[in-house]
Amino acid sequence: MILDDFMMRATLAGIGVALATAPLGCFVVWRRMAYFGDATAHAAILGIALSLALSISVFAGALVIALLMALTVSLLTGRGYAMDTLLGVLAHSALAFGLVAVSFLSGIRIDLMAYLFGDILAVSRVDLAVIWGGAALVVLLIGWRWSALLTATLNDDLAYASGIDPKREQLILTLALAITVAVAIKVVGVLLIAAMLIIPAAAARPFSRTPEGMALVAAGIGSASALIGLRAAYIFDTPAGPSIVCVAALIFAASSILGSIRASLQ
Amino acid sequence: MSLVSIENLSISYGAKTVLSKVTLTIEPGEIVTIVGPNGSGKTSLLRSIIGAVKPSRGRVTQRADLRIGYVPQRLHIDRTLPMTVARFLRLPTRVAPEVIDDALAQAGVPDLAAAQMSQLSGGQFQRVLLARALIGKPHLLLLDEATQGLDQPGSAAFYQQIEKVRRNTGCTVLMISHELHVVMSASDRVICLNGHVCCEGTPEVVASAPEYRALFGSGTMGALALYRHDHDHSHDHDHGHDHDHDHQHEHTEAAE
Repeated sequence: MILDDFMMRATLAGIGVALATAPLGCFVVWRRMAYFGDATAHAAILGIALSLALSISVFAGALVIALLMALTVSLLTGRGYAMDTLLGVLAHSALAFGLVAVSFLSGIRIDLMAYLFGDILAVSRVDLAVIWGGAALVVLLIGWRWSALLTATLNDDLAYASGIDPKREQLILTLALAITVAVAIKVVGVLLIAAMLIIPAAAARPFSRTPEGMALVAAGIGSASALIGLRAAYIFDTPAGPSIVCVAALIFAASSILGSIRASLQ
Repeated sequence: MSLVSIENLSISYGAKTVLSKVTLTIEPGEIVTIVGPNGSGKTSLLRSIIGAVKPSRGRVTQRADLRIGYVPQRLHIDRTLPMTVARFLRLPTRVAPEVIDDALAQAGVPDLAAAQMSQLSGGQFQRVLLARALIGKPHLLLLDEATQGLDQPGSAAFYQQIEKVRRNTGCTVLMISHELHVVMSASDRVICLNGHVCCEGTPEVVASAPEYRALFGSGTMGALALYRHDHDHSHDHDHGHDHDHDHQHEHTEAAE
């Protein structure tokens, strides 16, 4: 059975995450929510600590706390503090509380590094099912709301005039973000999730003429990064999650250079 | 039956009341312009009609099955978002290519379907916004300072396009503008707003109303006369003072 091979499972896990982060990452880039993604991911470490303490699934714990974090930020925005200040306070507090909470968990040896940077080579069959299930959910959710999300991304009033409630669309993105964070923790870890959201989408921009095209190209770039990054990690004995992000970053650099060459030729 | 009737509408953001006790109706086929200084609640009034802001008092009633086309004040499309004109016109509802071509032709920019939104000039961009508003064959076209950022010939051409659209489609137009001299002559009715309805009526009536003059000064009457005069294509240059005023107005706007 091919799933017996840990490299095969890791590759499939990487591609699963890339497929979810591609369309979501496009919205994160278009709506300038990069820091929002970061904050949600940082909060997940608190969720992990709580789920280990309560012996529930790490996925469920991370999902719930990430969702609470994202909702809190959405609710508090525009009430006195600027969005980035609010995110800075909440994200780093959640991370700090999470790290402190983990230290209280006596008796359990937790490899914190595995959650901060991911441990894609240790992905089990159950993990794989959770990752692909979560990714499918995110893709379906965004696909279902695609036009409404795009309209709300362009302009709130344009959305209202078309009978779309931009606040509801924001909530849907928030939910998709929380699911993505929860499934991606195992693969790239808390600290690098935002990279998987933003880098493939940004790298896809110079090659896209439509929003749909950009999401598809981003999915391709994300998957290629996972494939090449894992292969490179195997050959050079480097950490897997960061290697994937490094490959994505190199593709971004190449794409930016190609994009500006093409722009100057026109 | 009125397309929209607004009864005793008040809108507050927190403790700040931007509109109080506004009552007005929009009748089929007319072109209505809302004028008023900055912060007078013009945009809030329009946003209450599209349902983007909830009235704190009173109510906004639309005729059943009223279709609204909305041209926002300013639309910023992030450079990271690739978007062709055709794709933009298919948001949020898919429509046939003929419908898109038709809407672009109506708005006076027939050949732009394949262009990227980010590469349009200001005037083209506003016309594409107009085309998008026309896609659903609206009964009521709402324009919120649709010519902001256009030069004077550009905005005059834009409002002529609006008149053309009204002639061709018979739709009702409700617009906000502070380019009084350009817009007022194209309107059947002008509503002067400053937190409440100061005065309303035909352009001539409003321009000579004391409430209006208190807000905008008496010079705008001359500007209106100038426009009428230009519009009639008589070439008598006896209006030096009005020209001066007109230039002043432009400068004030550029400084804003």
